[in-house]
Parts: sequence; structure tokens; C-alpha cells
Amino acid sequence: MIWVYAETVEGVPRPISLELLTKARSLGEVAAVALGPGSSKAAEQLGAHGASKVMVHEDPAFRDLLAVPAVELLASLIEKHKPELILFGMTYEGRDIASRLSARLGTALIANATDLERKGDGYAVISPVFGGSLLVTTVPRTSATPLVLVRPKAFAAQPGGDGKAEVEVLTEAVSSKPAPRVVRREKEKAAGPRLEDASVIVSGGRGLGSPENFGMLEDLAAELGAAVGASRAVVDAGWKPYSMQIGQTGKTVKPTVYIAVGISGAMQHTVGMKGAKTIVAINKDPEAPIFKLADLGIVGDVHKVLPQLIEALRARKRK
Amino acid sequence: MNVLVCVKQIPDPNVPGKLDETSHRLVREGVDLVLDPGDEHAVEAGLQLVEKLGGEVTVVSMGPPRALDAVRKALSMGGTRGILITDAALQNSDTLSTARAIAAAIKGQSFELIICGTESTDGYSGAVPGQIAELMGLPLLSFAKRLEVTDGKVTIDRQTDDGYDVVESPLPAVVTVTGGINEARYPSLRGIMQAKNKEVKQLSIQDLGLAGRAGRDALTQEVIQVTQAEARKAGTVVEDKGEGGKRVADYLAELKVI
Repeated sequence: MIWVYAETVEGVPRPISLELLTKARSLGEVAAVALGPGSSKAAEQLGAHGASKVMVHEDPAFRDLLAVPAVELLASLIEKHKPELILFGMTYEGRDIASRLSARLGTALIANATDLERKGDGYAVISPVFGGSLLVTTVPRTSATPLVLVRPKAFAAQPGGDGKAEVEVLTEAVSSKPAPRVVRREKEKAAGPRLEDASVIVSGGRGLGSPENFGMLEDLAAELGAAVGASRAVVDAGWKPYSMQIGQTGKTVKPTVYIAVGISGAMQHTVGMKGAKTIVAINKDPEAPIFKLADLGIVGDVHKVLPQLIEALRARKRK
Repeated sequence: MNVLVCVKQIPDPNVPGKLDETSHRLVREGVDLVLDPGDEHAVEAGLQLVEKLGGEVTVVSMGPPRALDAVRKALSMGGTRGILITDAALQNSDTLSTARAIAAAIKGQSFELIICGTESTDGYSGAVPGQIAELMGLPLLSFAKRLEVTDGKVTIDRQTDDGYDVVESPLPAVVTVTGGINEARYPSLRGIMQAKNKEVKQLSIQDLGLAGRAGRDALTQEVIQVTQAEARKAGTVVEDKGEGGKRVADYLAELKVI
């Protein structure tokens, strides 16, 4: 049996959970574990994406305390059921839980997976390295259940399987071990569609020169109905909030069109966007690695190219 | 308030990396090795805390003997002393072995906080901090873009997909910091001179009591294949001669985006 750790928010599975189930059901029989308030409500959708069994625990501790209660519960469930493999999303939550759990169980943790396949009696995990230029195949070598962290958007979520999951309501006592507590949640507003859902993304890097120039990018996004993203350099410099970051430490996106403006194309960034169907890059450095990925690259000054592009789009609309 | 900061020496991230075709290991020969830029923020965060609250920063690393350079760099920024775990038997360690070695090396040290980067720039699995926290039975506050210690309590702003969560925990604890938490200082000339005389304790796998339980004798996983990823087909790159913006607009029209 393969297990999927299913992240849910107020009874709704996160997209990554459905992506993991879709892949897992192509490999074998699948159970999901969903924790926190609303997890029972999420079970139906998890079943519809391939889980034949969903274990749920409604305690708010799983929502309010980081990792520790989930690790304690998973460790006892794993000991009882001995699953072959557990998949986690490579997300804030998934990474914290899987890393602690691997130390707890003394087992293999394979990170950054973008594909999985059966190999002999077990599984082989495929992960990109060096910004995706090489693919590494790794096999676990432990007798304990191996854990795999899968990058978001590695698989497309699709309903399937027979759609009915047996729901097991867990009643284990929640661990009282010390754990960090979430005392407040803050949302940072972004204009336009969400990066995760957008079919067109306009993304800016340090090549824009200053935070003020980001305004041009927002104008461009408004013309295209696009979401606005940013490179890590821009976010680390404090120009834009983290919620806009695309790349290894930020979001993974797969839009139809990705327009990279003033982004050099460091590995850290490309690993989060190279799944875009079409990539357009504007950068003044002809040697910038982004041009190796771009379907159309413009070597030029973003301060000249962007205003002309925006004006051309407006002119077309006026026609 | 004593702080331990974990650091890693990595090949210069500005130079494209290479894997050895037979061993599947990172090629380190002929590549400049540097203190992971992400770790500089961890060192800076530790220094800022002890400057405010008193105490010392101890820098902990694991790697080949020349990883001493990375420890010295962190000491030149202002760390008090270093610990370098170095042993041929620990070459090619996976994350769990690394975490076991670091946890063993810092056992018995006096500290309130362990600070790490969120993930290394070369391996980017981000697993070691959580593994250290679990092995030591400590809370992990991850992805901090702000860090504050008051009244025996640590509070962070933890990055999320759509903003941040304010998270708090009693001390001692493990914190991972993102690059946005601070601007890392440059070592001063005086700092560089002083770092040469600071104590760096070197520990072997025997010193840690981990023979057979870490490194190549305790691998949890094995790389069996490395292949070239399917490259995106080369596109068109043109120099802007005053028509660049229009060219992009035409292309977007071709793609039926507009």
C-alpha cells in the first residue's frame, strides 16, 4: 500500500494532495492520511482522486501546531500498518513533517521528486538536479518505509479510480511534546489571478533595476490578465513579498506562457518555471542562462522593450 | 543566549555544477568552494541575536578538511568558535547521516537556539534542520523571514504560499531562516585576521561515537542512474533594435494569448 499525506485547508484538499493521489494510484493501492479540522470532509475528494482508504483526525492541534503532532501520529500509524512508501508534497508543511519523520524512523527521505516508478519490489524516485538539466534516479536502501517529497505540479491531478474511499476516523491521543504554535495568519494581497492557477505569468528579476520599475510589469500583467511573479533576488531584496516568489524556495508554476523580465535564469528560479509551455525572456545580457530556455528571447533594455510591448498590446485592443 | 549556526561549504553556485559520470558525485575538483550564501543569513541572524542579548555564536559544519575555509568565513563575520566534523568515512553522507553527526557534535554544548538556512544551495532538499530537531527532541520553526527572541520564547514570521504565519515556541529550538531575513554583513579586515586565531574543534566519526551509524556505512538511499533531462528545444533569440516590444506582442498574438 502506498500512502499519501494529504494536506487540507478547512476541509478542502490542497492541489498537491490530489496530484500525489493521481500518481500514486497508477503505482498501486493508495491510502491517504488527512489531519486537522475538516479532514473528514476532504475524504470524499481524496477518494475521488484514487484513495481507497482515508484516515482522518479532526483535532485542531494538527492545524495549529507545526509538524510535531503529525509526526507522532504518523510514526504510530506506520508502525501499525507498514506502508510500502509515503508521498508528501514538497511544501512548507510536507517538508517539515517528512524531515522529522525520516529521523524518527531512521529511514530514507528522497526530496525534490518529479517522477516515481516501480523498480523490482520497491520504487525508484526521479529528481532533477542543476536546475533540471540532469535527472537523478534514487532508490531507498532501508527496511523502514521510505518517504518521498514530490514537487508541486509534477503531476496533473485527475479524478479516477472507483471513487469511494473507506473513511477511518482516528482517535489516537494527540502528542503533548513541545511544538511551535501558529498564533496568527497573515495574507499578503496580490493583484490579478493566483500564480498557481494563471495561464499567463509575467515575472520580474533584479534586471528591472528598482522596485518602482515593477510597476511596468504590473501594467503588462493587467493588459494580459496575467499573474505577477518574482525571482528570489527581488524577494530577498524586499521589493516584493515571498508569496510572489517563483523557484526552488518559492512556487512551482506551469502556465501556458511565462514572460521573464530582467531574470537571469539561475537554477534556483528555472526549477520553478521550466514546465511552462512557452517561455519569453527579456534581458540585457545575451549570455543570461534564461535564453537557453526561452522560445523567444529579446536581448535588450527592459526599460525600452517593456513600454513598447505594453503600448503594442494597448494598440491591438483599440483596433 | 548562545546560538549554534549550521553552515555548509558548497561549490560556487554561480558556476554550473557537474556530476561525475561513474560515481554520481558532485565534481569538486577545479571548482571554487564557498560558504553557502544562504548560510550567511543564518550566521548574520545569530550574530544579531547575541549582539542584542549577549552570548556567543558557535559555527558548526561537516565536510572535507578544506570546509575549514567556510567555518573561518563565518568566524570572520563574528562567530566565536567553530566545530568541523570531518572524516573520510562521512564522505557522501546522506541528509540523515549529516543530521546525526551534527546532533552528536553539539550534544553537551550550551545553547538556546540552533539556526540553519532553509536549504543548501547545491543539494536543496532542506531536510537536515528538521532531522536535527527530531533527533534532539526540539521544536523546529522553519522558513523564518523574521526572528525575535524575548522572555525565553522565540517568535518568527513563517513564509507561507499566500503571506506568512506568526509562529512561537519555547526555547531551546531550531530555526531555519530565508534569505530575506537580513542583509548578511561582509567580514571586516579585523574580523578576517581575528578568525585565524579562533578555536575550531575538529571531530571524527569516532569522536562522535557514530562509527557504522553514519556516512557510507549507513546510507539510506543510493543514486542508481543519472541522465540528461530532455532539453527544451532552442528558441529564437534576437537583439532589440527598437522593435523588441512589438516582436513580443506579435508573438503573444501568434500564441493567441491576446
